[in-house]
Amino acid sequence: MTTLLSVENLSKVFTLGGGLFGKGRDLVALNDINLTVEQGETLAIVGESGCGKTTLGRCIIKALSVTSGHVRYHPEGGETVDLTTLNKREIKPFRRDIRMIFQDPMSSLNPNMRVFDIVAEPLRIHKLLRGKDLEARVYDTLAKVGIAADAAGRYPHAFSGGQRQRIGIARALVLDPRLVIADEAVSALDVSIQAQVLNLLDDLKADFGLTYIFISHDLGVVNYIADRVVVMYLGHVVENAPTEMLFERPRHPYTEMLLEALPIADPTRRKGRRTELKGEIPYLGNRPQGCPFHTRCKYAQDRCRSEKPALHAINGTAQQAACHFAETLELTGAYDAPQKAIA
Amino acid sequence: MPQTPMADKPLLTVRNMSISFSSPDEADIEAVRQVDLTLTPGKTLALVGESGCGKSVTARAVLRLLDKNAVIPSGEILFDTGQGAVDIAQLKPDSLAMRSIRGAEISMIFQEPMSSLSPVHTIGDQIDEIIILHDRVSPKQARERTVALLDQVGVPGARDRANAYPFELSGGLRQRAMIAMALACTPKLLIADEPTTALDVTTQAQILDLLRQLQDDYGMAMLFITHDLGVVAEVADDIAVMYLGDVVEQGDVYEVFRSPKHPYTQALMNSVPRLSRKADRQRLSPIKGTVPSPRDRPAGCAFTSRCPHAFAPCPDQRPERTQLSAGHVARCHLLTREPAEALA
Repeated sequence: MTTLLSVENLSKVFTLGGGLFGKGRDLVALNDINLTVEQGETLAIVGESGCGKTTLGRCIIKALSVTSGHVRYHPEGGETVDLTTLNKREIKPFRRDIRMIFQDPMSSLNPNMRVFDIVAEPLRIHKLLRGKDLEARVYDTLAKVGIAADAAGRYPHAFSGGQRQRIGIARALVLDPRLVIADEAVSALDVSIQAQVLNLLDDLKADFGLTYIFISHDLGVVNYIADRVVVMYLGHVVENAPTEMLFERPRHPYTEMLLEALPIADPTRRKGRRTELKGEIPYLGNRPQGCPFHTRCKYAQDRCRSEKPALHAINGTAQQAACHFAETLELTGAYDAPQKAIA
Repeated sequence: MPQTPMADKPLLTVRNMSISFSSPDEADIEAVRQVDLTLTPGKTLALVGESGCGKSVTARAVLRLLDKNAVIPSGEILFDTGQGAVDIAQLKPDSLAMRSIRGAEISMIFQEPMSSLSPVHTIGDQIDEIIILHDRVSPKQARERTVALLDQVGVPGARDRANAYPFELSGGLRQRAMIAMALACTPKLLIADEPTTALDVTTQAQILDLLRQLQDDYGMAMLFITHDLGVVAEVADDIAVMYLGDVVEQGDVYEVFRSPKHPYTQALMNSVPRLSRKADRQRLSPIKGTVPSPRDRPAGCAFTSRCPHAFAPCPDQRPERTQLSAGHVARCHLLTREPAEALA
């Protein structure tokens, strides 16, 4: 496998408040993130609100500037580029290769534009096609996502949530991208529609030869769609592993907690009381010392409170975790949840 | 009243209830068609369905919190007050009788605690108000009960947090405050409308735990509205699946999950990704098409336009409730007609 994108030591700090007198407070949204995206894979980034998963996606396409670190893009047969060093004009060609799909299809489509123009706009901005060719490409892309050509003259409000999400996908794909960042792309959809869109994303991946960064909070969906999963907590990557390894035996206590909390659509696997799920995510502004997760971790030791664990490979496998005790802890996965007696 | 053993005496029985909405320039829309639901003390009924299926409207009808243009043209909502049954459907929404039930006997928690709590009052004041209103106690006594309630629902430092405004609390704490408010008068029935949808998974698990524990403590009945089959499997005793205003299938949660009989229920269950290893992973089989507008709903089965098994009688004849086993009911022609005819 070849690496398509590598994120190196990426940090993003937002400064809150501040003004004429005195500095604002720093909010570290991303803390020294390292990860790679391989050609053709679906990489999921999971975590709860405020963990930095969306910020990471936005830093990759430079919708946000980074505070430090690099995002290196390795196009097929091209030269490696550090996207973070490019200016607005220089990054434009790469915005063709890296596209984004957003969560809320209602607010991410311009309500005053017809569907045809929404999908055609990227082609026009990049001055790629005109006239008949442009028309053909737009209708072709719409057909691929399952929107009929005669609907292209309508405005977004005339479509249901699922159809709107398809339009958003068409807009991302019309430029024939290499990498698509889908930020909670199916979260706002009803289950039956969500399944349609997941299948569509799957089919399009094969058709277009795409690589996905799939940002989501839903581990059930992630298990279904992803090849590899990155788990984030408070701006840190705490675990990075192939999907099956991670769900079989997580190596970070936070991953275990997420899997434990996941409701499973099968009453015979009902989990009963989960007293171990304690606490809430601390506010980013007062991140704990040491391991960011130690305040909620049931395995926490003194070492966790003082020393920050580094992300490291577990026993030489493809599974990485940032936990001092990753090798020794016996954490529970999601596949073989214990069978509870039917009450 | 049907004669049932004491233990299973229903608290609330919704029978044949319909709800329709009128509009000045369009025909009336029947948002809910002839729904039957039964709620028993200590048990949880989950009302499941996708957006627009009428699940929230059904719940609001029980509290008579519907918009002004909504009417309940038929059916009854029998609530057992302890001194005989009251038909809530016959009460005026703003009558004294209804107001003494709402908030005290039946209370509700909502999806978005931020928008359903008052932003300009402290959570303590908001909970005090309910207690004072319904139980006529002094503000001081009310505050004591408020603090105890907040403590019980797991708000740390309850006495101080009672003086906090909603914006000062996290999403999970706000939802706990909301639950405390709903429990203020120890209701017999708690209606929870998507109470965990806006929360993170670990917070969701905590809130579900809390609701289950409170149910054990208070023995209240719970009507739990959700679109998440995972949550249903976690909390429900019974399930009712709604589609476009119809309850298409209902019954014991184990039974319905084990052998769903209505094509919509089956399709819904096949749309959820299973937690399985890669080797066992199956491609999702989504339901084709989208939910039609209630205006385009066929006179027969609401699911006709998307059903893979739809046949002759489906668009025009409404399928009857078919009893499959004790308490397991579905509305589908496939259950009553000859299979040969169905497959044709």
